[in-house]
Amino acid sequence: MVKLIARTPLDGLTPVTIGTVTVTEVTLDPMTMIAPFKNQLAKVDALLKAGDGVGFPAPNRMESSDGVRILWAGQGRALLIGADAPAGLRGLAALTDQADASACAQISGAGAVDALARLVPVDLRLSHFPVGQTARTFVNHMAASVTRTAPDAFEVMVMRSMGQTLIHELTEAMTNIAARNA
Amino acid sequence: MRITCPLCGTRDRREFTWQGDALAIHRPARDAGPEAWDNYIHLRENPAGKTRDLWYHDPCGTWAVAERDTVTHAVHSTTLVTEVPR
Repeated sequence: MVKLIARTPLDGLTPVTIGTVTVTEVTLDPMTMIAPFKNQLAKVDALLKAGDGVGFPAPNRMESSDGVRILWAGQGRALLIGADAPAGLRGLAALTDQADASACAQISGAGAVDALARLVPVDLRLSHFPVGQTARTFVNHMAASVTRTAPDAFEVMVMRSMGQTLIHELTEAMTNIAARNA
Repeated sequence: MRITCPLCGTRDRREFTWQGDALAIHRPARDAGPEAWDNYIHLRENPAGKTRDLWYHDPCGTWAVAERDTVTHAVHSTTLVTEVPR
């Protein structure tokens, strides 16, 4: 039997530090997409709260509790990260394993918001986009999920196949910001 | 032009795709007759002014009906397709 070596989506591409901004990889495992069936949202929410301590998130929000996070991921969909979906959800929601589907990078440090603002067409100022806020939007031309995890840190998630493009875009924006601040 | 996604809030137009006249969600009954179906499939208004059309918010996958003005480019309101009375 051939022994295969598992590689993370951004293996060899991160970490990157330019100026005061750093990009590191975030591994999302396990990650499950939860899409409640019609009229089952309340039951799904209650089961999630009982099982993992986080409810089904409101649009544009991330909830976290004790290492488990749940991220709004579009109309009627959420991503549960860091814990398996409670067994009782089967039959109430569509559950899809997404652990290997996404590449996720954390961009942090003073000026991270300025670098990201060059790529993302959303107002990312802290007053408009507080910690725990998430947005389905674009990073340049690429569909992405952008979440603020701290006042100067964001997580950017794209399709796994777009990981290299993501790091390229972020590096370019960080280089430009660093040159401007030099 | 900026459009308000009923879930995500006001976003740039580049995040949206135009999906045709909002008439598309008012499908006639199966036995409505050839004239109603002919209207539904082929006939569209081409107004200079207020119009209702469907927009798809690409990153979040939401369909919305937008009431907007083809003359001024103002977007007056957007509604989730699932909340439009049919």
